[in-house]
Amino acid sequence: MRPFEQIVADFGPMVLRVCRAVVGPDEAEDAWSETFLAALKAYPQLDDGANVEAWLVTIAHRKAIDATRAAARRPVAAGSLPERPASTGRPEDWDGDLWAALAALPAKQRAAVAYHYLAGLPYAEIAAITGGTTDAARRAAADGIRTLRATYLARTREGEGR
Amino acid sequence: MMATMEPEARDLFGSLPEQDEQVTARLHARLAAAAAAEGVLDVAYRTVDTPLGALLLAATEQGLVRVAYPSQGHDAALAQLAELVSPRILDAPGRLDEVARQLDEYFSRRRRAFDVPVDLRLSKGFRYSVLTHLRQIPYGATESYAQVAAATGHPRAVRAAGTACATNPVPIVVPCHRVVRSDGSPGGYAGGPDAKRSLLTLEAA
Repeated sequence: MRPFEQIVADFGPMVLRVCRAVVGPDEAEDAWSETFLAALKAYPQLDDGANVEAWLVTIAHRKAIDATRAAARRPVAAGSLPERPASTGRPEDWDGDLWAALAALPAKQRAAVAYHYLAGLPYAEIAAITGGTTDAARRAAADGIRTLRATYLARTREGEGR
Repeated sequence: MMATMEPEARDLFGSLPEQDEQVTARLHARLAAAAAAEGVLDVAYRTVDTPLGALLLAATEQGLVRVAYPSQGHDAALAQLAELVSPRILDAPGRLDEVARQLDEYFSRRRRAFDVPVDLRLSKGFRYSVLTHLRQIPYGATESYAQVAAATGHPRAVRAAGTACATNPVPIVVPCHRVVRSDGSPGGYAGGPDAKRSLLTLEAA
């Protein structure tokens, strides 16, 4: 079994991108930290031949669901997402428009897009994580990409045209 | 590692940075602190620069468990710890700061004895007894392998005493370099004969 440090080095950046896409840049660091702490605890029991990416994304997915539920339970009325959040210029907020466009997707599409395009998981693995069939995961990702293309890319081009 | 970026998504995600080093470093430090606080950082490690090269230092919650010379291979030492102690291993310097400080003092001749907890779980049985004895050989002194064997109650186990020294998981701090051949020549050493000669010279000054 490889030292856990190597797991963090190899997959930390991927999990960070997935967390930013799924829970948004503000919550991403908490989600990342909870994911890797949970992974560290469970790591000695992980099967030798296990797919580490899929295992980490599975944990991150559960943490994202927990975070969403916790946010829903908070008494304050959830403010609507700003139409177009201003970029602060910090690298961790890189491309706020993209995260905002992802946030506007239905949860299943957002997860399918992130797990396939940012984590590189095949649709069968994604279906095992999110529930549903492989075909449904593939459709969710395709629908999500189509919407992102219509919202985010259209907006970007509009911005370039100005 | 966006290895699977498919053409249809490249225009969407292709410009995302592969690495976000500042954030990654911050998150790594946060993970190490949380792991230590929750008691799941089984092995913490760091490297430290010394006149004998970069040493790998690793500690369990009980104490210093491994010191590895560059020639021994830091990755090999970490792989061995993952197998024999626990794979819950993180680059987490905090636990090693005190050892690193004392090593720095030792190499600059401001320290003659190490005062840090040591975890000898990687050495069993006779080897463990030998290492326990080595810790009593004072700074600047030497013993022969035969003397070490005799001191542990097995006067004929001279070769085994040599093996115990050669497999010392925490060289320098457990001073196997103070064990030399009966004719006074240095003999073998985990960090190589030159390292051993350097340590004996340092302590003789």
